[in-house]
Amino acid sequence: MRKYVPKDNVQKKAYYTDRFHVVPSVPRAEVTDAHFASVVTALGNDVKEAYIEIGQLVVHIDPTRNFDVMKTLKETCGYTQCSEQSAVDYLAKDNEFELFWQLLNITEAKRVRVVCRLANGAAIESIEPLFKSANFAEREMFDMFGIKVNNHPYLKRIIMPDDWEGHPLLKTYPLHGDEFASWYEVDKIFGKEYRDIIGPENRDPGKVDIKDTKRFSRIGYEVPFGAEYNADEEVPVEYSETALVNYNKKTSKQLDERR
Amino acid sequence: MAQHQVNYASSAGLPIALTSVDKLVNWGRSNSLWPLTYGLACCAIEMMASGASRYDFDRMGTIFRASPRQADVMILAGTLSKKHSEFARRLYDQMTEPKWVISMGSCANTGGMFNTYATVQGVDRIIPVDIYLPGCAPRPETLQYAMMMLQKKIRRESADMKKNTKQDLTTQTGKRARLI
Repeated sequence: MRKYVPKDNVQKKAYYTDRFHVVPSVPRAEVTDAHFASVVTALGNDVKEAYIEIGQLVVHIDPTRNFDVMKTLKETCGYTQCSEQSAVDYLAKDNEFELFWQLLNITEAKRVRVVCRLANGAAIESIEPLFKSANFAEREMFDMFGIKVNNHPYLKRIIMPDDWEGHPLLKTYPLHGDEFASWYEVDKIFGKEYRDIIGPENRDPGKVDIKDTKRFSRIGYEVPFGAEYNADEEVPVEYSETALVNYNKKTSKQLDERR
Repeated sequence: MAQHQVNYASSAGLPIALTSVDKLVNWGRSNSLWPLTYGLACCAIEMMASGASRYDFDRMGTIFRASPRQADVMILAGTLSKKHSEFARRLYDQMTEPKWVISMGSCANTGGMFNTYATVQGVDRIIPVDIYLPGCAPRPETLQYAMMMLQKKIRRESADMKKNTKQDLTTQTGKRARLI
């Protein structure tokens, strides 16, 4: 068996790596295109780094300058659409988020990605006055990562419920949910005192409860549907004995619990 | 002179049928099951197909109603997210007795492939279920079969709903406490 490695912090180190896997890298090219070159000159000193990836211009900027950069891109360079905006969690590595905005120039059929690094806990300026699509995108970013957006008209959760705790797209957020998430519907509908009665969520798709006579019926324990479990009624299962193997001999190890 | 024989006990005679109140009431209930028009995810598409002309739920007396006050079956068709669970439970509470619940599809039964933080892991955590319908998504024939099984179940029940027990939501933990 493969050695068990705890998977609590999935971001720090991958618990499984393919020995022969080569991480594909996207080639970065110099800005030679005339249109993109004019974009880079229009942005001037705001550009920290600029290159072309798969025919798209990528511009790295300072997080404090994002509104001015977007304004220049929209009004001078003709990038009238903000098609995508979100963040990437690099908290474990650099204690930073990477924020990106994907812009589209319809007349030139060109796309620009504006990228910036935002320190954990810092806020970003809203670009909602420039692009109306940023309204929902920034709310989603706030909902999923907890990144605050300054001067947003209505910054509240958009996907998760308003009373949710935690930000699910952070890499530290467990996939099956934390304590709050796993009891959310019980707390909300019945109240906290019903946690004991309803019980924890079953996350094991192969779970078999030997005491449950409603969902399971077993060989060696044939009782009516829904009968109370009674251990005395258990009949040990007898297996056949062949010339080669005696199946009644308990040589194999039986686990009390699923691994 | 003609002689007339009257068979009081047979239906060929006077228009009399003998039955019990239970059977009469359950005959009425089981043949006019009105489900709530309530779809959650892709299973709802199959539910709509079951209601449309090809599979034709109407011939079984099953007519979708747009209000929980008029409905007596709740078909939970699809993934129930935790955000929505509160509203599903409120709709169930608003339905008048007698009421039954069909959990349609893997997602409603157990959470299905959505083994995540945002999905209710089986609607029986919040609503007592009568029929579990497996499949992803179940075909309309399967939903019709579930409806027929529910009719069978109703015909077995007592007309007095107080004598019928709802599914005990607490059996999962083995603790005996009446929830609903």
